[in-house]
Formats: sequence, structure tokens, C-alpha cells
Amino acid sequence: MKNVAIEFRDVVKTFTAADGRKQTVLDAVSFTIPAGKTTVIAGGSGQGKSVALKLVLGLMRVDGGRILVDGKDVTDIGGAGLEALRARFGVLFQGGALFDSMTVFDNVALPLRERTKTPEGEIRRRVLETLGQLELSGHEEKYPAQLSGGMQKRVGLARALQLNPEIMLFDEPTTGLDPIMTRDIYDLFSRTQALVGYTSVIVSHDIPKVLNLADHVIILNHGSVDVFESPEEIQWSTKENIREFVKTTMGQIYQSHLTEK
Amino acid sequence: MQQNPIGKLGSTGLYILGDLGRMGLFCMRALRGAFRRPFRFMELVRQIHFIGAGSTAVIFFTALSTGMVLGLQGYYSLKQFGAEGMLGSAVSLTIIMELGPVLTALMVAGRAGSAMCAELGIMRISEQIDALDCMAVDPFRYMISPKFLATLIVVPLLTSIFDLVGIAGGYIVGVNMKGVNPGIFIDGMHTSITNHDLRLGFIKSVVFALLVVWICTGRGYFVREIRGAGFGSESVSRVTTQAVVLSSISVLIFDYLLTAVLL
Repeated sequence: MKNVAIEFRDVVKTFTAADGRKQTVLDAVSFTIPAGKTTVIAGGSGQGKSVALKLVLGLMRVDGGRILVDGKDVTDIGGAGLEALRARFGVLFQGGALFDSMTVFDNVALPLRERTKTPEGEIRRRVLETLGQLELSGHEEKYPAQLSGGMQKRVGLARALQLNPEIMLFDEPTTGLDPIMTRDIYDLFSRTQALVGYTSVIVSHDIPKVLNLADHVIILNHGSVDVFESPEEIQWSTKENIREFVKTTMGQIYQSHLTEK
Repeated sequence: MQQNPIGKLGSTGLYILGDLGRMGLFCMRALRGAFRRPFRFMELVRQIHFIGAGSTAVIFFTALSTGMVLGLQGYYSLKQFGAEGMLGSAVSLTIIMELGPVLTALMVAGRAGSAMCAELGIMRISEQIDALDCMAVDPFRYMISPKFLATLIVVPLLTSIFDLVGIAGGYIVGVNMKGVNPGIFIDGMHTSITNHDLRLGFIKSVVFALLVVWICTGRGYFVREIRGAGFGSESVSRVTTQAVVLSSISVLIFDYLLTAVLL
């Protein structure tokens, strides 16, 4: 089981709307996320992609099923166990989730100051080194509001990388970025993964671009799940809902081999 | 289903129970967080400065005006019975047992409580609290417990400033403006105020401090869970208003309860 980082077993998650109606976002969903690889979780808006990440992190609780991390059941974990679990993850939030009243330096230094006993001089050295690697040198005294969207994402990444996470979760990392910035961010993900060697889980609707990074693709669609061993497999799928998904997200050209037959 | 009045009553009852449970656990975690290492001493000092030093001016003026009005009103009321000599006792007892703790708590709720609620609410909706959780940094130890501790330290101190300034205000009006004998004013205070009165004022200020910081930080922390709050920045503004109103009403209710039980 060592090559499986995260496993969902028949996970159910239901929300109750303001008018009392129940909406099942994940309906007995099962899939695995392999260790050391990049898995993309794709799907349209409101299909439960971000919910899946929040379930893994214990920010939400499942209504049914189990979630395993490295083969260990973490579904009902709490207290110190949950803290220990979260310490293994790095998370890049959709909006960056930077502390807006702190400078870039203090944001990136926070996990080291709060989670480790690293001396301040060493923290300074490590933070400046990471900021340099992410091309953020010279911006350490700025506040998040003074940075562009792409820079904020990079600061978020720098902060998430400080404690050498085993698994990095990216929640819609390119939302609100222009195509060039999006490409740069994806390049950055590839480089940092090669450097640190973490398992990468990217939740995104940025199809097809994000598929260039993917070793493994999971498509969430109306509460159900389709798993593909490689991005190419998606194009060859004959399942109606996947063909529809490919058509709407990638365009007709990706399906030409099917229409020719 | 929502139109059914019994169903509505039931769901409101469940919501209130859930909310009370949530807030109860929140208070316990915040108090426990104060004893978890590493302590954030500088954050505590920063909060004491924000809640305490920042509120001194507003407390000073409220106390002075309250004391002076009380001196004036008391003087005319007591004069009708020829009892102006009781002014010192009347002013000081009213301020120490009632107005000092209550008005200080209301001022702190309006000034610092609203700010704490809005800060936590914005941190919640912009996922900053989730980010702390994900970094395995306990948000209670990191930022909520220091607010609790600071308020519990600062409000009794602010209350004592209020008492002092308020009594001085009554003295200025009574003695300097209305000609009450200063010796009688001071002596009236000495003979009527007991340790029990001072203790009651102190207990009230600590309980009110806990109510204000608990409700204000709790509402901000649970901004997403509050029914009818809406979404985004609007939810933060609504919840902040609700927090100040709720904490003020709680202070007034507990004022009566504590007086009834402890007097």
C-alpha cells in the first residue's frame, strides 16, 4: 500500500441548502492518489473538487465512507492526531489565504516560527532562500495586498513548502491568472516537485492545460468519479459523460479520433 | 416544510442548541489555548495595548461625564431631603457596583469587541483560519486565547479607571460646583463602601469581560455557521453588529443576575 498516498472509500458528502433541500456532492466516491506523482482532480464548478481536499484535511467531515492516508484511516481523527496529519500536508489555497496584516516575510516564516524551534537567523536564511527560488526576492517587506495575483500564489507556495510537506494540495491554483502567469505557475510546480519530491494533488478546472502536469487524472461529475491512469486515456474514453466533458472543456479537436470512426 | 410553523420552531430550537454547544466548546478551547505552549507573550502585550490603552480615552470621557451627571442629579435629588452629605456615598456606590463595570464592558464591546469580531470574520471568509489549521497551528492558541487573556486582564483595570474618574467627576460637581463639604463627601464614601461592594464590582467586570470577548470572537470565528448572516463581506458586517448587540444585552442581563445573587 506504500505507493498509495490517499484513498477515498465510498465517501459521501451531503450539504443542506438554506431552503432545507439536501444536495449530495460526493456520492459513494472511491479513488486512490498514488504517492510521488501528480494527480489532477478535475470537474466543473460545484462538483465537489475542493470539498474532497477539505475532507482530506479534516476541515469538513464525511457523511459516509472512509478516507485513508498512507493506508491509515483518518476519517474520524481529531486533536493531536489531526494536527500530526496536517503537518504532513502543504496546502495552496484558491485565494492564497495569506495573512493580510503580515508582510510576505512573516507569512512565509510563520510555519517555521510556530511549528519548529528554528532560531530566527536560520529562519531568515531559509525564508529568503525560498523566496529567491520563487523569484520573490526584494518583495519580502511588502504586504499581500501590494502583490499581483501570481505573486500571491507564489508566496502561498513558499509558505506551504517551508515544512517540507510529503503531500502538496493545490486548490484551483491558476484561478484569476492570465495564460502566461498560469504557464509560469505550472512550470514552478514541476520544478518544486522535482526538487522536494512531494506527492502533488491539483484541483482544477483549467482543462486541458493542467493535464500537461498530470500523471493521473480523476474527474468528478455529479457526485460520481472516473479515474484515468494518464491524461491521454480521457480522450479515448467512450463513456458518454466523459466525451461530453472532453467536448466542453477541451474542444472538438480532442475528440476527432472518435468522430472519424 | 419550511412553511410549517411547528417545523420552523423545531429547526430554530435545534439551531439555537447547536449554536450554544458550538459556542460552549469554543470558550473551552479558547481558555485551554491560554495554557498551551509556545505562549505568545508579545501577541498578549499587543492585544492588551489595543484593548486597554486604546480604550483609555473613551473610558475616561464616559466615566467623567457619567460621574458629573450623577453628581448633579444626585445633588438635586438629595437636596430635597436635606441629605446632600450623602452625595459621596451615592455617587461612589452607584459607580463601583453598577455603572463602572457595565459601562466599561459596553464601551469595550463597542470599540474592541467589534474589531475582534470583524478581524476573525474576515480571516474566516478569506480562508486564513483554514490556512492556520492546515499548517497545524492551533488558531486558538495563536490568536484567540491571547484576546481572551488580554480582555480578562484589561477590563477590570479599565473598570477601576472608570470608578476613579467617575467618582472624581461626582466630586468636582458636588464639592467644587455645588458646595458640598469635601470632608463629608469623602467620609460618606469611606463609611458606605465595603470590601463586599468592591468585590462585587470586580466579579462583575471579570464576568462581563468574558462575555464580551467570548461572544465577539465566537461570532467572528463562526461567521459561516450563523443563520441568516449571508455571505462574504456582508456576512462579516452583519455578524459584527450582532456580536456587539448580543454581548451588550448579555452584559445587562448578567448585571441583574449577579446583583440579585451576590448583593
